[in-house]
Amino acid sequence: MSHRELWVAFVTIVTKEIRRFTRIWAQTLLPPAITMTLYFIIFGNLIGSRIGEMGGFNYMEFIVPGLIMMSVITNSYGNVVSSFFSTKYQHSIEELLVSPTPNWIILSGYVLGGVARGLAVGFVVTLLSLFFTKLQVHSVGVTVATVVMTSVLFALGGFINAIYANSFDDISIIPTFILTPLTYLGGVFYSIQLLPEFWQSVSHLNPVLYMVNTFRFGILGVSDINVGFAFGVIILFTVALFSFALRLLNTGKGIRQ
Amino acid sequence: MATALSIKDLSKVYGNDFEALKGVSFDVQQGDFFALLGPNGAGKSTTLGIVSSLINKTSGSVEIFGFDLEKDKAAAKRSLGVVPQEFNFNMFEKVGDILRTQAGYYGIPAGIAKQRSEYYLKKLGLWDKRNDSARMLSGGMKRRLMIARALVHEPKLLILDEPTAGVDIELRRSMWAFLQEINKAGTTIILTTHYLEEAESLCRNIAIIDHGSIIHNTSMKSLLQQMNTETFIFDVQPAQTADIVFEGYTAHLEDPNTLVVDVEKNKGINELFIQLEAKQIKVTSMRNKSNRLEELFVAMVEKNLGNKEV
Repeated sequence: MSHRELWVAFVTIVTKEIRRFTRIWAQTLLPPAITMTLYFIIFGNLIGSRIGEMGGFNYMEFIVPGLIMMSVITNSYGNVVSSFFSTKYQHSIEELLVSPTPNWIILSGYVLGGVARGLAVGFVVTLLSLFFTKLQVHSVGVTVATVVMTSVLFALGGFINAIYANSFDDISIIPTFILTPLTYLGGVFYSIQLLPEFWQSVSHLNPVLYMVNTFRFGILGVSDINVGFAFGVIILFTVALFSFALRLLNTGKGIRQ
Repeated sequence: MATALSIKDLSKVYGNDFEALKGVSFDVQQGDFFALLGPNGAGKSTTLGIVSSLINKTSGSVEIFGFDLEKDKAAAKRSLGVVPQEFNFNMFEKVGDILRTQAGYYGIPAGIAKQRSEYYLKKLGLWDKRNDSARMLSGGMKRRLMIARALVHEPKLLILDEPTAGVDIELRRSMWAFLQEINKAGTTIILTTHYLEEAESLCRNIAIIDHGSIIHNTSMKSLLQQMNTETFIFDVQPAQTADIVFEGYTAHLEDPNTLVVDVEKNKGINELFIQLEAKQIKVTSMRNKSNRLEELFVAMVEKNLGNKEV
């Protein structure tokens, strides 16, 4: 395929993905907005006012970056895992497999679709957070780079999950038993400085910690970890997951007999 | 004339060690209307699945218009359109979107995709449904949608895997007319079907696959010439009370008004009519006992089964 044709195929996949999650906005965009508003009210306002400061900021200011990142992570992942698995389940993946669209375009298209939903939800949650606190942005570059890269990484994770999934149960196992615990223990609600030394070391094994803290650095200018190192971790995971997902597509794992 | 599809020594062993294809080879020439027939589980869908890149082959090669499906994947795939047996579109997408999206996967710009979608949706009687969700369509409409989708990138080779399964006779015939029209316009067509009448009336060449091997690959005409006898059924008046003897023919009464006669290929039925006339038996209507291809097909598959069992 020529570059122009590849571009058309890529845009087609991305457009289809965006059309899908906007068509079912009541299932994709509305729930995280409601959930995060509840988090802002309960943890930020009601409980947060009794907690006091965290990392030099009031509790509401501290948790807003983490909650935005949490919604980006879960929605980027959720979009790709549910969309690609449905495509497999309905056999409409065959539309792509018979076409000349190369696998790296298929993967990139689905990932960008996931990123689009992650960022859309992140934007909605950010707007909602403005009703509860003032948002300063310490570094626009770090903030944007972190949110985009994190979104790409978790969209790739969702894609791999969808490839291995054989049933709808399989697409909820990873989010429930791995993604949610990692996110909650990734410093969304607390600074790891509060933990004993041993659990601080254990927390450093959690990749979500790096993303949440880098994003928090972008907004508040404070972080529990080194931002440069965090970017390195995100890039490393992204390259590894992209290569792995592409390899799965090339071998036809879960999509070709 | 170019070869539209060339399959050589294609084999497929599934994960459960089931050998679905055992060195299948055949060619389909450009412009042909080709039937690939076989009983259930014979290997038709596996063969077409490999050609469509939906199934990984174990060994062998596939070329589409001279492009190797492994080495020149994009060029080979661009020449091919596939209408699968099962509905495989997103049921929640709009009919028009399904076609435009499929065109996009082939790198066709949005403007051209829109024009072609309109053309094929109108051609297949789905234009009024373009804004409807695909799940709202009837079974026949869904089949037509899959044909329109397979044609939107204007392939030179079209594969139809049982396209008229579950379709009523009127719609089936209109689909036949459409397929003949695009075949005449230059599209090579490969058809699998369980309606052997369909294969007989549409296809010029035929391959029969059974137990993963091609057991016959010839023209429809020469295949049908292999039949030695043909059975005709006559509705007759007045009612007959005992079997009648016709010189040179084998006949029996199915009921007092239904006469069944086996006619040898080189014998013809003119003589039979003369004898009927002489016996003052009036023929009110006549028909073949069953489809000719069906009789041959059953005989061949049974023979192949017999050989396997020995």
